[in-house]
Amino acid sequence: MVLGMTTSKQVKARMLLGKYGIGIVLLFLMLIIGILEPSFRTGTNFLNVATQVSINGLISFGMCLVITTGGIDLSVGAQLALVSCVLGQLITKQGMNALLAIIIAVLVSTFLGFLNGILISRFHMFPFVVTLSSQLIIRGLAQIISGGQSIPLQSTFITDVYNMKLLGIPFPILYLTVATVAAYLILHWTKLGRYIFAVGGNENAAIASGVNHYWVKTTVYMISGLMAGLAGVIMAAKTGSAQSNIGVGYETDAIAACVIGGTSFAGGEATIPGVLMGIFIIGFIYNGMNLIGIQSYFQPMTKGMVIILAVLMDMFMKRKNA
Amino acid sequence: MSEQDKNLIFECSGVYKAFGGTQALQDVQLQVKPGSVHALLGENGAGKSTLMKCIIGMYKIDRGTMLYNGEPYMARSTSEALGKGISMIYQELNIEPFLSIADSIFLHREFVSGIFLSKKKQNEEAQRILDDFGFNKKATTLMGELTIAQCQMVEIIKAVSYQANIIIMDEPTSSLDNTETERLFKVIRELRAKGVAIIYISHRMEEIFEVCDEVSIFRDGRYVGYYEIGDVTQDQLISLMVGRSVESVFPKVDCPIGDEAIRVENLSGKGFSDISFSVRKGEIVGLTGLVGSGRSESMKALFGLDPLASGTIYLEGEEVKIPSPRAAIELGIGMVNEDRKNYGLCLHRSVLENISLPNLRASQPKLFLNKKREAKEGGDIAKMVTVKCRSLEDTVYSLSGGNQQKVVVGKWIMSQPKVLILDEPTRGVDVGAKAELHALMSKFAAEGMAIIMISSELPEIMGMSDRVLVYCEGKLIGEIMRADILSGKITQEDILQKEFGA
Repeated sequence: MVLGMTTSKQVKARMLLGKYGIGIVLLFLMLIIGILEPSFRTGTNFLNVATQVSINGLISFGMCLVITTGGIDLSVGAQLALVSCVLGQLITKQGMNALLAIIIAVLVSTFLGFLNGILISRFHMFPFVVTLSSQLIIRGLAQIISGGQSIPLQSTFITDVYNMKLLGIPFPILYLTVATVAAYLILHWTKLGRYIFAVGGNENAAIASGVNHYWVKTTVYMISGLMAGLAGVIMAAKTGSAQSNIGVGYETDAIAACVIGGTSFAGGEATIPGVLMGIFIIGFIYNGMNLIGIQSYFQPMTKGMVIILAVLMDMFMKRKNA
Repeated sequence: MSEQDKNLIFECSGVYKAFGGTQALQDVQLQVKPGSVHALLGENGAGKSTLMKCIIGMYKIDRGTMLYNGEPYMARSTSEALGKGISMIYQELNIEPFLSIADSIFLHREFVSGIFLSKKKQNEEAQRILDDFGFNKKATTLMGELTIAQCQMVEIIKAVSYQANIIIMDEPTSSLDNTETERLFKVIRELRAKGVAIIYISHRMEEIFEVCDEVSIFRDGRYVGYYEIGDVTQDQLISLMVGRSVESVFPKVDCPIGDEAIRVENLSGKGFSDISFSVRKGEIVGLTGLVGSGRSESMKALFGLDPLASGTIYLEGEEVKIPSPRAAIELGIGMVNEDRKNYGLCLHRSVLENISLPNLRASQPKLFLNKKREAKEGGDIAKMVTVKCRSLEDTVYSLSGGNQQKVVVGKWIMSQPKVLILDEPTRGVDVGAKAELHALMSKFAAEGMAIIMISSELPEIMGMSDRVLVYCEGKLIGEIMRADILSGKITQEDILQKEFGA
């Protein structure tokens, strides 16, 4: 077909399937759990899952932008811990206004993301190495600030962040919705999004096309820091305490959600709807296994196998529709 | 003749080799005698390197016979060829910076005792070889600490150390200076005296006359002739290499030439120095020279991709600084890079995204993208350069090479730059698409764009340029006007002679 003709519906449908074939995995998963466990099919349970995945959701969107530039951010789990400890220190120990404390805590995590970005873009260090190190530094900071103690967060303003509802919908679901829309707009509807794809797809070509790759990379790590910070606030609100040992391994779930959602580890390919589906697939695995009553020891194993299966299926479908 | 035939160490005849639809070798033959230096001559893409890679076992020939010492010969891999006594010095160096010279020389044939490397013995042996060559370095020096020329010497030493019967040298002197070249020639003469056959590829005419005994000439994948070096002149060789006249596939339309668009003065940087020229609106200026002569290097630096050591750039009479491609784009300069895969396209993104990438800043001023506008503008461009694809959403990866090249050209003309630099704009493009791209160049020039075109293809340069600038060894050495080309006063042979610095 020569260009200028409209894309046929068939081609469009196949492209959609190639892009969002992971949705089939999600539906299949829900179907199986739904058959095995009737209580899975209730509205309350879906609200529960959506509430639970909000923390991983926020982190995953930041992670998605980072991976799409060809990088990785391993420091996000530690960022959760640091944010909760900063909140504990400022609110409980210093008696600071809770909103102000939240703003400061999130600024701290964003700034640390900025530092990651500077080291990676300006100094050409490997993202894996930089964020592996900053993960240790950030968790160390959290331990120093908290003295290794769990600090209770008594402010109702903080706990409301997690527990409040709007028209019966828990607040975390609203955060997740806002984050999804924001991430979608950034990646698919802004110049920054285009530059993220370009830098991840072919950095040299991006530079030769006038893209400021330093700025793009620094920005995505900043966004990842910001999202991890916001997730940290939700986490602190959920647990009602500041602890330096929370959020261990959270980067794994975020990376998993991205990969399941079709984010290419080589960079340059990702969709936000795909990542959202990945987030829910992870959520349903946890939730479904709990409901069915499978020992928690089996959860990581199942998650690992689902990731491999999902990626294999994604590759298979892409090849078929290429 | 039959007596001579028996003396051949290597011969091949009727060799064919195709890559996809491109016929790289067509009915090629070659006869190499032991104890002689045999030059292969031809333009870029004439098939010299392809034939050598077939001999060394990197490619398999489609058809034809190869005889080595009178026996049928075929190598499935380079190590098999090495085992049979044929080694090669490659044009593109593959340097492992963390290997020592000794490790590098004995790569894949390390000295071992049991399962362990016997480093000491290896280093001693390597040192002995280096000393024999008069190469003044310790065998334990890391490759990364050597200059390119020294690495090239190590490659040469390595190839020789295989005790091969045939050594193929593909542009061995491209990065050597005069003394190193002399040292290489001395080695070549010693090897020849020992009865080793050397197949020598070079673009440097004077070297061929200095060190070679015989020469085979290739053109467009075909064998065109064989001479003893004493029976032929440089002029004869050049006309055999080129063998074509300027064809009419270049629909250059003459158009009025306006004011000066860009002027550069004394540009210097890595691989070029003291480059000064100007291009006027509506003018197509062709830059020619051998690979590595500084033409691409100077244009990449002008565009901000590589650093500029010194020099000034004036755009429409005003001095400008171009520290990055972004700055160049903002000033209205576009550049189609010769390396499409690395610097041209994001292969896994769509046609539309690739076309709009350098233009987003200018055409999408709002926070959110106006995708309707983008599709309209990108679609118009894709139509103008006649990209053939199912839809604008197709990944560039799925297009043919020629269509990919059109996308690259498209992305740079969308913003209608004042100055467009085209580096090998028609490389890997079929004849039809080539003519379309040339027609587009004429069209843009007519609209007042200043075009700088780099090409290794002389017919293209001569057919399309209002003016031709010739690069040699990093310097601008000549300027040729279109009138002199049209009147026949300047021929391809003349330009080629200039390129070779003759």
